[in-house]
Amino acid sequence: MGWFKRQKSAEDIEKSSKNLEGMWLKCNLCRAIIYAKEVERNQKVCPKCDYHFPFSVEERIAHLTDEQSFQEWDADIVPEDALEFVDTMSYSDRLLAAQKKTGKNEAIVSGQCTIDGHVLGIGIFNFRFMGGSMGSVVGEKICRAIDRSLDAKMPFLLITTSGGARMQEGALSLMQMAKTASALARFAEARLPFIVLLTDPTFGGVTASVAMLGDVILAEPKALIGFAGPRVIEQTIKQRLPDGFQRAEFLLEHGMIDRIVSRKNLKFEIHSLLQYVSP
Amino acid sequence: MKEYLDFEKPIRELEERITRLQKAGSKKQSVQDQIEKQTIRLNDLEIEIYGNLTPWQRSQIARHPQRPSISNYLELITQNFLELHGDRLFGDDRAIIGGFTQINEQPVMVIGQEKGKTLKERMQRNFGMPNPEGYRKALRLMKMAEKFKRPIITFIDTPGAYPGLEAEQRGQAEAIARNLLTMARLRVPIIAIITGEGGSGGALALGVADRVLILEHSIYSVISPEGCAAILWDDATKAAQAASALKLTAPELIKIGVVDEVISEPLGGAHRDVEATALHLQQTIQTQLRQISALPVETLLRERDEKFRRMGAIRQAHNSSHEKAST
Repeated sequence: MGWFKRQKSAEDIEKSSKNLEGMWLKCNLCRAIIYAKEVERNQKVCPKCDYHFPFSVEERIAHLTDEQSFQEWDADIVPEDALEFVDTMSYSDRLLAAQKKTGKNEAIVSGQCTIDGHVLGIGIFNFRFMGGSMGSVVGEKICRAIDRSLDAKMPFLLITTSGGARMQEGALSLMQMAKTASALARFAEARLPFIVLLTDPTFGGVTASVAMLGDVILAEPKALIGFAGPRVIEQTIKQRLPDGFQRAEFLLEHGMIDRIVSRKNLKFEIHSLLQYVSP
Repeated sequence: MKEYLDFEKPIRELEERITRLQKAGSKKQSVQDQIEKQTIRLNDLEIEIYGNLTPWQRSQIARHPQRPSISNYLELITQNFLELHGDRLFGDDRAIIGGFTQINEQPVMVIGQEKGKTLKERMQRNFGMPNPEGYRKALRLMKMAEKFKRPIITFIDTPGAYPGLEAEQRGQAEAIARNLLTMARLRVPIIAIITGEGGSGGALALGVADRVLILEHSIYSVISPEGCAAILWDDATKAAQAASALKLTAPELIKIGVVDEVISEPLGGAHRDVEATALHLQQTIQTQLRQISALPVETLLRERDEKFRRMGAIRQAHNSSHEKAST
């Protein structure tokens, strides 16, 4: 992975948190001021509270998959502004800005890889591309990844981080929920394993479709996961939400996910799981 | 009592004027002429206003307090409705009605959201915003329909799935997702009809069907215009603009391939002639059901999957072949 450099990930960290003189950063969760290099060394995990800082797609691939094993699929599928959507900015301009910012065509990267020698299909959401929102391309790439995994009779792993469906594609983005669920239903009929890793944050239409349909659902510690956003819920019920609401630990307690997995154990856990569920 | 929307104010005024003239009961020719003249004007005005509805005005008709709902249609176009309750897991969500009924003498399973008509009923029905147990009741009934080989007809009318604390605790997202996955493979014909407000995932959870029909003034959207305005414009009062941008009206949804057929409504909306709307709906259901019931199950399932698979606007970057949504 020549294009993956530690320097770049440090940059990402600085952008995702408050940059305090470059060397230091503030944890998104416990607000502790921590030494950036220490977080880097710790797989981007806060040493104080175990919050898992977002990984970029490149970092995720480097961390989880076997070296040189990742081969990308469908990188050339690009979105169309079918609705000619304009809010304070046109959707076309938003797309261009997101493409420039991330160097990617869309909010998900998919491909084939091996994890400890197990061959599988993988999809990794990219929150930096319009909040990881699911529009037509994200839906299509997930479906194609499922189909390719189905053809090769291999497991499919989806790593989510998303604000939900992409508003700028209107009902077309809503339909991606049905489209991906339909592809997953065919995948399930073939008795192939679908594993989900929920990371911070995963919300809305992504949670209410692919993310909650894993045979096994894993989550990173402290990740925020839900259907409705906390602000919307507070406005609806006119109460303050309890501490820890919609965190991975809350979902585990309420029976919504199978396991919370720390980054340091992730590769081993997925390897163990694949041994039980691989065809 | 007839309820009017803001943009219907000129119609209301004219109707009131005509009523006053009629009440006066004058037999004088000049008064009779006046009534006739004003009635023609009213007709023109209605065509003018209802023929040029903005997406935001259509959204208001879709949410009209008197808009007919599943309960009306059950009464008007089905016989022997046998309501079935509960999800067998937590409770009975009154925001969703379901059960066996007969339509055109054909036994079917009918499921749909009900917002309620009176304030008391609206509160009991949570304004048509289901909790997870509502979706799980729907799922239970859909599986039962499959078991007994009955077609499924869903009536969609909801602002969305309820965004509450307990809804999250009990897995609102999982409940919706499970319905999408299960509906995709149910081995019986499914027709979904958007009869009012098709609010996001909470609507789609009853909407994975072989035929998706929509009443002319209904809307179907990924987010409410108010919600979209609050997020993208940072100003909920920009709802009218958001409604236009979202392309959520029936004619726009046909264009992007999200719905299969638009069922026309009486001038001014379904609530102005509920019987006529119901009759029209009944005929459309009959035609569509006949078509999809004729298909072998494997064909039905393949076509259902392919139908949703086609939805979306994408392009392959390395060549110019456009894979746009069917128009």
